[in-house]
Order: sequence, then C-alpha cells, then structure tokens
Amino acid sequence: MADWSGYLNLILQGALVTAQLTIYGSALALVAAFLAGMGRLAPWRAVRWLSTLYIEFFRGTSIYVQLFWAYFVLPFMGITLSPLAAGILALGLNVGAYAAEVVRGAILSVPRDQYEATVALNLTGAQRMRHVIVPQALPLMLPTFGNNAIELLKATAVVSLISLTDMTFQAQIVRAQTGNTLIPFAMILILYFAMALLISAGMRSLERRMTRGLDGVR
Amino acid sequence: MTAPIIRIKELDKSFGTLRVLDGLSFDVMPGEKLALIGPSGSGKTTILRILMTLETISGGHIEVCGEQLYHMQRNGREVPADAAHLHHMRRHIGMVFQHFNLFPHKSVLDNITLAPMLTKAEPRARAEARAMELLEMVGLADKARAMPSQLSGGQKQRVAIARALALQPRIMLFDEVTSALDPELVEEVLLVMKRLAAETDMTMLLVTHEMGFAHEFADRVLFFDKGRIVEQGPPDQIFRNPEHERTQTFLRKIIAAGHRV
Ligand SMILES: Nc1ncnc2c1ncn2[C@@H]1O[C@H](COP(=O)(O)OP(=O)(O)OP(=O)(O)O)[C@@H](O)[C@H]1O
Ligand SMILES: [Mg+2]
Repeated sequence: MADWSGYLNLILQGALVTAQLTIYGSALALVAAFLAGMGRLAPWRAVRWLSTLYIEFFRGTSIYVQLFWAYFVLPFMGITLSPLAAGILALGLNVGAYAAEVVRGAILSVPRDQYEATVALNLTGAQRMRHVIVPQALPLMLPTFGNNAIELLKATAVVSLISLTDMTFQAQIVRAQTGNTLIPFAMILILYFAMALLISAGMRSLERRMTRGLDGVR
Repeated sequence: MTAPIIRIKELDKSFGTLRVLDGLSFDVMPGEKLALIGPSGSGKTTILRILMTLETISGGHIEVCGEQLYHMQRNGREVPADAAHLHHMRRHIGMVFQHFNLFPHKSVLDNITLAPMLTKAEPRARAEARAMELLEMVGLADKARAMPSQLSGGQKQRVAIARALALQPRIMLFDEVTSALDPELVEEVLLVMKRLAAETDMTMLLVTHEMGFAHEFADRVLFFDKGRIVEQGPPDQIFRNPEHERTQTFLRKIIAAGHRV
C-alpha cells in the first residue's frame, strides 16, 4: 500500500498551482477583455482594428498552440518566461479574447437613453464610460465572466504540456507511481468541481451586490 | 435691441430619404419661453435633439450664444464642428427627456451632483449643497438618498429637471416631459415648470401636447407641420385665433381628443 498522505500532499500542491493559474489568468483575462472590448468601440480606427485582430487571433487559434508559443517560441525572440508565467499569459489572453466580446456586448446593451443623458450633461467620452455606462454594463457581464473563469480553470490542465506541475499533472504522477487510477482522478475531479463551485458562488454574490438598487430598471 | 440667443437658419435634416426638417429658420430671444406644437412626426423632437447635439444636421446653420453650433472656423474657413467644439457649446444647453433618463445606479443626489463635479470640477460639498437647493425647489428634498427605482414617474421627472438645472445652462429644452406620466402625476411636474418659468430668466424651448400648459407657459407658440413652421405668435393668437387651416384642424383634433386649451 502506497503512502497516501504523501501523494495527497502532491495533489494539493498541484491544486495550488491550478488555483494560481486560475486567479492570475483570470486577472489578466479581465484586463485584456476590457482593453479589447472597449477598444472595439473606440472612436479611433487603429485601436478598433488592433482589438479586433487580438480577439480574432486568440479565438481562432488553439490554446495548445498559444501555450507552446508562449513557452517555446518566445525565447527565440528574447522573451523567456517561467512555465507559470507562460501558462498565465496564454490562458489569460485566450480567455480574455472571449470575454472581450462579453464586455463589448454588455456595453452596447446599456440603453441609448443613458448615453444621451450623458451628452446632455456634457460629460466627456471617458467620464461617460467610467461613471455611467460601465457601471451599468458590469452586472450584465458578471454571469458570463463566471463561465469564462470556469472555462479558464478547466483549461489550466493543458499547462502540464510545458511541465508545469498543476493538479492534472500531479494526478498523473500519482497514477504512474501507484498504479491506481481511480483515487487520484477522483480526487482532482472533486477539487476541480469545488473550485468551479467557489467561482460560481463568488460571482453570484458579486452580482447581487452590484445589482442592488438597479431593480425594476430593466 | 439684444441679439437672439438661438438663430436657426435654413436648417435641413433628413433621415435617409425622409426629409424631417425643411429649410427651417427661426430665432429665439434670451429669456424667451417657446412652445413647439404640431402633429406627430412634424419634427419637434428632432429640433430639440439637434440643439442638444444628439443628431447631426443635413444642412443650414445654428448659432447659439453668438457662436456656430455645428460649424467652426479653421484657418479662416468654415468646417464642421469637432468633438471639442461640441463639448464647448453644450455647456450652454440642458435637456429634460420624455423618459427621464436618470442614472439607475446612482442615488437621486448623485444623479444631480455627477455632472457639476465632473464637468465643472465643483467640490462635492458645494455640488451637494446646490443639489439640495434644487431638490427643495422641486419638492423632493426628502428623496435625496433614494434610488431612482424607488420614485414615481412624476418624482423621477422632477429629479431630471433638477439634474439639468444643476449645470446652470442658459437654454433648457423640454421634450414632452409629461407624456410618459400617469395623468395624476402630470400636474406636479407642470407646477415645477411654471415656477421655473416665472422665477428664472433661462431661455426655454418646450415641446408638448398639453395645450393648456403651453398657453400658460409660453411667450410664443410655434406650430409645426412637416418640418416647417406653419404659424407662430403669442399663445392667445395661436390658440384662440389661428389663421391657418392646418392649425385650426390640429387644435380641433386635440380638443376632440380631450385636451383642454
Ligand atoms: N433616428 C431616426 N431615424 C429615422 N427616422 C427618424 C429618426 N428620428 C425621427 N425620425 C422620423 O422623423 C420624423 C420626425 O420625428 P420627430 O420625433 O421629430 O417628430 P415629433 O414632432 O417629435 O413627433 P411626436 O409628436 O410624435 O413626438 C418622424 O417621421 C420620425 O419617424
Ligand atoms: Mg417628439
């Protein structure tokens, strides 16, 4: 019988890596999503074009290829990243491209009336976005952002390809060393599921807090 | 003789192939209270929206406070106004909308203080003191902390009026501000506007289907049809003795529909 507490520890260490990838990757995705989502609505053609290019490129190529580029190809261009940084970069930019469309859609769905009120009050374009449009678009984005974060969590498993010791990688190690498949994979199944539940619950509570006072408007 | 505060000259506006305003010209004097009336689709809202720079124009010129609204001078030539010029001109003008357009995520007080704090860099304390005065004036001082969703339509519209006033524009535009309200809530809004008209020297343009109110409120009434002024004059003349047949027909229909004149 194997030393299960040691193996358990290994998987928990992997869970920590998975959590890090998910948290930092989501943070990067959020920034990228706002830059590109609002960029697509910017009054400058070059910004719109760049944003569209980013979104189409990262949605149109696979996360595997993006990860390989981040880890194996960028060094040839003089940019060497740690496996963790490469994983965060690829995951964040990939999911950010999907979330950018969410940002754009939510901003466009704020009623035109609201935009017109900001014109009548002579706010500048930036003030309009920051104080009126984005605060109302945010609650509309949150449910889909939750899904995006869960997608990102699930996609973290690909980083084992660049020898990052995430949860799935560790489960494979444990399986190889113990010959037992059921226990390690049942464990990570539960851990992935628990993390996804945590994300959902967090998003729901955030959503509740943000829509307070907005009731009866839409 | 003072100069007009608004000069509209040969204004054209088309939506695609639909010509909505057709060579429209009229002046408004400072402090004047103008009522714009006319059948649905005659272009009344479009005029106000053009003055608020919410539309573009298809031709003609508009002067506001002595400066061109949609044009500016570049190297001695007249060119279309850019965003900065529109921003510069908009400070003269405020607008109250049919559907209030309050910011649902901000309290009543924050709705009113937002623009003065952002566009005039007013400190919060001063903006709030002024907002409270305005709320007092529209009879809603006790609702300062409420959210818009907690207000009735009439209360929302009074907040919207206070919000527009907070920027102290010289010209105020009102587009059917009572037509989205339940009948029993109309009076409280009209009362606020009557007070405003009596107490300020602001120039006001009012689009309305409330002929009784237009009669009482306005110094001059403009009757529109198909994007042109058919007839204009003091309210007594337009409402009691309209010259044109189209004006007569319009007023007869309105009276038949149960509006008092
Ligand atoms: N954004 C738009 N696109 C196309 N047509 C428009 C647009 N806005 C207004 N119109 C048309 O322009 C005409 C004038 O509209 P406007 O809203 O100015 O009329 P109005 O006099 O205010 O009418 P009402 O009394 O019904 O409010 C109408 O035929 C309307 O359908
Ligand atoms: Mg109208």
